[in-house]
Amino acid sequence: MKNLTFISILILTLISISTLFLYAEYPDGNEILKQIDENLYAKSMISTSQMIVHGRRGSRTMKLRSWTEGDNRSFSEYLAPPKDAGTKMLKLDDKLWIYNPSADRIIQISGHMLRQSMMGSDISYEDMMEDNELTEIYTATTIGEEIFNKNDCWILELLATISDAAYQTKKVWIDKEKLIPLKEERYGKSGKLLKTTEILEVVKIGKRWYPKRMIFKDVLKKGEGTEFIIESIQFDMEIPDSRFSKAALRK
Amino acid sequence: MFKFLLNGIVRDRSRFLFPIIIIATGVTITVLAYCWLIGIGDKMIDDNANFDTGHMKIVTKAYKEMISEKPFDLGLIGTDELMQRINNEFPDVSWEQRIYFGGLLDLPDKNGITKSQGQVYCMAIDLFEDTKEVERMNISRSLVRGRIPNKSEELVISDQVANKMKVDLNDKVTIITSTMFGSMAMKNFTVVGTVTFGLTALDKGAVVLDIHDAQSLLDMENAAGEILGFFKDGKYNAERVMEMKKQFNNPKTTDEFAPTMLDLQDQNDLGFMMAMMDERLGMILFVFIFIMSLVLWNSGLIGGIRRYGEIGVRLAIGESKGHVYRSMIIESIIIGFAGSVIGTIVGVALSYYLQYNGIDISSMMENISMLMNTTMRAKVTGTSFIIGFIPGFCASVIGSCFAGIGIYKRNTAQLFKELET
Repeated sequence: MKNLTFISILILTLISISTLFLYAEYPDGNEILKQIDENLYAKSMISTSQMIVHGRRGSRTMKLRSWTEGDNRSFSEYLAPPKDAGTKMLKLDDKLWIYNPSADRIIQISGHMLRQSMMGSDISYEDMMEDNELTEIYTATTIGEEIFNKNDCWILELLATISDAAYQTKKVWIDKEKLIPLKEERYGKSGKLLKTTEILEVVKIGKRWYPKRMIFKDVLKKGEGTEFIIESIQFDMEIPDSRFSKAALRK
Repeated sequence: MFKFLLNGIVRDRSRFLFPIIIIATGVTITVLAYCWLIGIGDKMIDDNANFDTGHMKIVTKAYKEMISEKPFDLGLIGTDELMQRINNEFPDVSWEQRIYFGGLLDLPDKNGITKSQGQVYCMAIDLFEDTKEVERMNISRSLVRGRIPNKSEELVISDQVANKMKVDLNDKVTIITSTMFGSMAMKNFTVVGTVTFGLTALDKGAVVLDIHDAQSLLDMENAAGEILGFFKDGKYNAERVMEMKKQFNNPKTTDEFAPTMLDLQDQNDLGFMMAMMDERLGMILFVFIFIMSLVLWNSGLIGGIRRYGEIGVRLAIGESKGHVYRSMIIESIIIGFAGSVIGTIVGVALSYYLQYNGIDISSMMENISMLMNTTMRAKVTGTSFIIGFIPGFCASVIGSCFAGIGIYKRNTAQLFKELET
């Protein structure tokens, strides 16, 4: 009996040591996450982008302009098509307001409504709200490396450290050189795959690499996903406080 | 002879009162049980047809795949032409366009800022042009406060939602949803009434609005989520629907937005429910009638045996066995008929009462989301008037027939011996 216990402990110790050696080959996941945040996040951003929803009944293109400051404040205005033009969204901390010109109403979106699709896309309001730096929400472990779309990538497993994160776990493929998450698999609390994102094109703006074209796919929805193309982006610009007010929604 | 026997029965209370009470009670219970089971089953089918399935329904193939989610974005486009076609092809059916969609109901405060909000299930029907839809959805009877919308941009909401969100009549509310093509859609409406349908699934959060308002809100001009068909005579005809499906559906098409016709039985597991109900109802009634028959047969048997002495005297004074036997059968026919008539009258009367008043079971259905009425009602049909005669009349007569067999087994020598003692 004693021999059996000794052998079991020995085997477990060997497995643990070999695992440690295995992961020791990879860099620290949290360190990679920190570098991603440094590359992607700026004090403020002003961008113009296109969102193309590839639905079952064809594709629909929307154009929008967005102002973002830090993690907590953002404002978007839809410019096209005419049916959506004038729709505005304001995010302040964990609150989201939407203005629709046809009803001339400002509506606060809360609770599980945040999980609904935004403008019929594969992106939910909750996805849009998740502007925080990755290190604020997740802790990461590097679990492997792989070539993805001809780019050498680290594979990171992210575990949420806060209970109200939109996704409890994520598996992310990080470009080793550009420090951009080229592919993401987002999982719910049950471990079910909910969404995937892929960055199809990146551009260098100043010192940072930034995604130019990406595709979001809600795996629970039929369709070809939602393409997001950044047409122009400016970093660290001064944005007046009035931009992030409810009054700005009706202007 | 009939008059003679009738007088005999009427004058001897012990010969008719107890047997008639037993037969009438058994028949009453049989009629009531039949009407109750029929009532529950038919009400469930009617409610499903009126609120959701129609007697048949036309949707796109893509919509059919996710029909439980009511994906109006996969609905029918070009409904004006389609309506014209089906009205010409199937003139015995009345066709109605409907849109079911989910959304958010938002009540603003004085400054236009959200005061309260709730998720709702919107049912868009033709409220103005075709009053049959109002009747089918039972809106007039379901009104708790206010009135039915009579112009555009008016709606009625579930009384439960109104109380929860503190919405009053004439309050302006906004419905927030997305259009058929995914854009955000918002429209302001005036609440003109509140309703309680008595269907738990709907009372939790239903909103009823006119289909034209919904079409404009959802960017669905000349489009609808579903087209429901109702036979003009109001009766579901499974064979006719089968024929129509064969004529309408094109099994070769690969277009996921091609219209396809569904039978009432193809939806909400109603086919299974109907088959199960037919089978179960038949089985329950068979068992019930069988047990009642045994009871009443036994009563007939006891009635015959109880008169053992009397029959002995009649045989002893020279009455033929056949005459005694026939007179017993005729008596049991009179008693069985009278008991069955009384039982049927009482059973049908009680069933009529339950048909109009029903029994409220809402307290048992608080957490049930099934489309099922919270007031259970009986239903009186033609069969209700004859179903009780099987145990009441037939069984008691058969019981007497068996009891009477003893008459033929008794011989004269034994009779005198019995009379001496």
